[in-house]
Amino acid sequence: MTQGFRRPSRRTFLKAAAASAAALVVGVDSRGVLATGSESAVFNPFVKIAADGTVTVVIKHFEMGQGVTTGLATLVAEELDASWDQIAFEFAPANDKVYANLFFGGHQGVGSSTSIANSFMQYREAGAAARQLLVKAAAQDWGVEDKDITIAEGVIAAVGRTGRFGEFAAAAASLPPPAAVTVKDAAHFRLIGRDRLPRKDSAAKTDGTAVFALDKRVPGMVSAVILRPPKFGAKLKTFDAGPAKAKGGFLQAFSLPEGKGVAVVASSTWSALEARNAITAEWDFSAAETRSTKQLADDHVSLLDQPQYQARQNGDRAVAEAAVRSAAKVVDAVFRLPYLAHAPMEPLNCVIEPKGDGIILHDGCQWPSLVKPVLAAALAIDPEKIEIRTLFAGGSFGRRVTTEADYQLEAALVFDRLGRKTPVKLVWSREDDITGGFYRPMAAHRVRIGLTADGTVMGWDHRLAVKSIVKGTVFEAPFAPNGIDPISVQGAADVPYAIPAFSVSLSDAASKVPVLWWRSEGHTHNAYAIEVAMDMAAAAAGIDPVLFRNKLLAQDSDDHRRMKAVLTLAAEKAGWSGKPVAGKGRGIAVHKSFGTYVAHVVDVADAGSGKVRIERVLCALDCGLVLNPDVVRAQMEGCIGFALGTVMRNAVTLAEGTVEQSNLHDYEPLRMAEMPPVEIHIMPSSLAPTGVGEPGVPSVGPALANAIFALDGRRVLELPMTASGIAFA
Amino acid sequence: MNINVNGEDQAAQADAGTPLLWVLREHFGLTGTKYGCGIGVCGACTVLIDGKAARSCTTTIGDVADAKVTTIEGAEGPVFAAIQAAWRELDVVQCGYCQSGQILAAVSLLTESPTATDTGIDTAMSGNLCRCATYNRIRAAIHQASARLRAEP
Repeated sequence: MTQGFRRPSRRTFLKAAAASAAALVVGVDSRGVLATGSESAVFNPFVKIAADGTVTVVIKHFEMGQGVTTGLATLVAEELDASWDQIAFEFAPANDKVYANLFFGGHQGVGSSTSIANSFMQYREAGAAARQLLVKAAAQDWGVEDKDITIAEGVIAAVGRTGRFGEFAAAAASLPPPAAVTVKDAAHFRLIGRDRLPRKDSAAKTDGTAVFALDKRVPGMVSAVILRPPKFGAKLKTFDAGPAKAKGGFLQAFSLPEGKGVAVVASSTWSALEARNAITAEWDFSAAETRSTKQLADDHVSLLDQPQYQARQNGDRAVAEAAVRSAAKVVDAVFRLPYLAHAPMEPLNCVIEPKGDGIILHDGCQWPSLVKPVLAAALAIDPEKIEIRTLFAGGSFGRRVTTEADYQLEAALVFDRLGRKTPVKLVWSREDDITGGFYRPMAAHRVRIGLTADGTVMGWDHRLAVKSIVKGTVFEAPFAPNGIDPISVQGAADVPYAIPAFSVSLSDAASKVPVLWWRSEGHTHNAYAIEVAMDMAAAAAGIDPVLFRNKLLAQDSDDHRRMKAVLTLAAEKAGWSGKPVAGKGRGIAVHKSFGTYVAHVVDVADAGSGKVRIERVLCALDCGLVLNPDVVRAQMEGCIGFALGTVMRNAVTLAEGTVEQSNLHDYEPLRMAEMPPVEIHIMPSSLAPTGVGEPGVPSVGPALANAIFALDGRRVLELPMTASGIAFA
Repeated sequence: MNINVNGEDQAAQADAGTPLLWVLREHFGLTGTKYGCGIGVCGACTVLIDGKAARSCTTTIGDVADAKVTTIEGAEGPVFAAIQAAWRELDVVQCGYCQSGQILAAVSLLTESPTATDTGIDTAMSGNLCRCATYNRIRAAIHQASARLRAEP
């Protein structure tokens, strides 16, 4: 998602961070007065220190489980030399002037695994600035030089005296902000990189006190659910709410603009769901998607014969085709990959309540800068009158960001219709979530690889057809100015392998099915096609799959060194020998996404009765400097479980345009008994930190597919694997 | 009707057929119990009914008229304490949404038998989905809590 935004160079990044540090708001609290007593002293937009010594780190990104509250808090605590126990956090308000994602061109939002990467210097500098002020305040009080002061574990000390942050917070906050901020040398890190630094959100998430948007209750609040069209693109003709009126708690039902459905309002969420069940509606299907999955997939595959765009820099399809035509050996594979739902555990929801002539939105809000303008336009109010209070999000995997702010807009429409005085909670049921669209798009790929007789790659003609996510949205202009949606070809057009005569051509597929980024975005389908095709090419060449890849990663570049290093580490740790073992299969895959390099080795076994058992998944990664090794491991573990369940059995399918799945029984994520043992190996690195929330996903599926091939020779070209006839024990 | 929740009788102004989940959340404000699927397949709504894990989304308040309901907010005792401590020591949580249900399912398991086995964990816990796939840490935390409970009976 970042390509459309100007990613700052290292130089401009430092400048931007310095500029924000120079704009520190010092010595005022939220009321604009000097902080005293129990009020927190606001050192800058990211750090508050209270009289009791509590350091509150203001978190500009939402927490969906990726550990950002812990990560950003670590950066401040490190530079402050605070004790970890005195660190608390709160979510920042929506303010893209102060809390923008520095990789997202002024947008406050979370995506593309950038939360730590974009904040790394900014939060360190914020912590360092606060530290310098505390030092100065203590030095003035004690009559010593700044340089005489030391801070360790939250204790300020000099010449035999010691003090706590809280004692100096008010005085420090009254000082002018430091002109220049110096951050620590990495050699002096004591929290960054420390293993088992506890998560800041563990306590609240293990005693029931963590508040998710669905838990938000506001006095006088009503609940609303939407009866949506049964096919994408259908419109509401008429509805009959008569039978709903007999249901307890029912308040009213009304049609949404543009035939988008019927809003059902009741005194509680349960009442609203019950009332909706009693409402009947008639729909206009004239503009609806009415194809079934088979037809949609076939239509995607036929587009592979008519590529629209060349996505690879300097790629030339004619050259690639010619190289493949003249090759001694050819690999030719067509992949069919399904629509996928995000299915976060917390179904979509938010609360809107009135505040003066504006509103407060309570939301597990992933991208405030997209939500604000949509709600401002819908309600015809100044964006400044929209306050967003970010709450914990029960997962997202990309679903909580749509350019049209879909569920927040629904809440606003209901809030408006009810007269803008009644707080409204808008809830998607699980059925709404599974059937409501915004899926990882269906994709078709054809990969043709030409090899010499001795197995050297001569040409690679990769074609794919997928519906664009950004076209027709506000992101089209910045992301796809030349017609190529970078998300469609992400991880394919820019795959690090040095492949001669390499072409990646794209066709935009058309359908009424709404599509969206899904954990690891375009990498999800591109990595599958590339890494399975790579395994097929290695097999055709008669060369070990690790050696075969290494030959394509032989350049003297950081990219090749790092990718090869994780591949090598994974192979070594897995005891990769390349020798077949009866009844066992081992597969490998490697992929770079969002600046992070990840390799997976999957071990499978014949479980009898034609079933495959996944025995272990090993992961090696290079995500640059590791902020919190345990959070990195947790993300890799989670990515493995998330990806395995998906490739094994998840698909959203359509029958004449109607989604066939409805809930978590027929769109079933991986369960406890199916989670294999997992082993994570992290490459030590001092390079800039990159992301971990998504990059652990792409290579899991192809590594499993390659393991199944090693086990019994079956190539899985259609996902989910169950659709290719693979059964799992 | 009255329901005994977390040791107290509470009056619910709802039909006997109303799911316990929604009464807990919307009538009693006990929002630690989560809605995930509404059909009893994800386990996010798990509570203890007379000490045993049960799905509150497919249990009506009529079903628990004579029972004692425990939610995450009211959970206590050595088994819960051991589970909660292990969860925190191993930093099991990610998004956290399913974890109230996971914890109560684990409490039910170790209450029945403090000796955890992998097979027992698979059986007891496979009804509780975690989309963040924290499963291996859940397993490790149950083993850790089990070891502690057996060491300090």
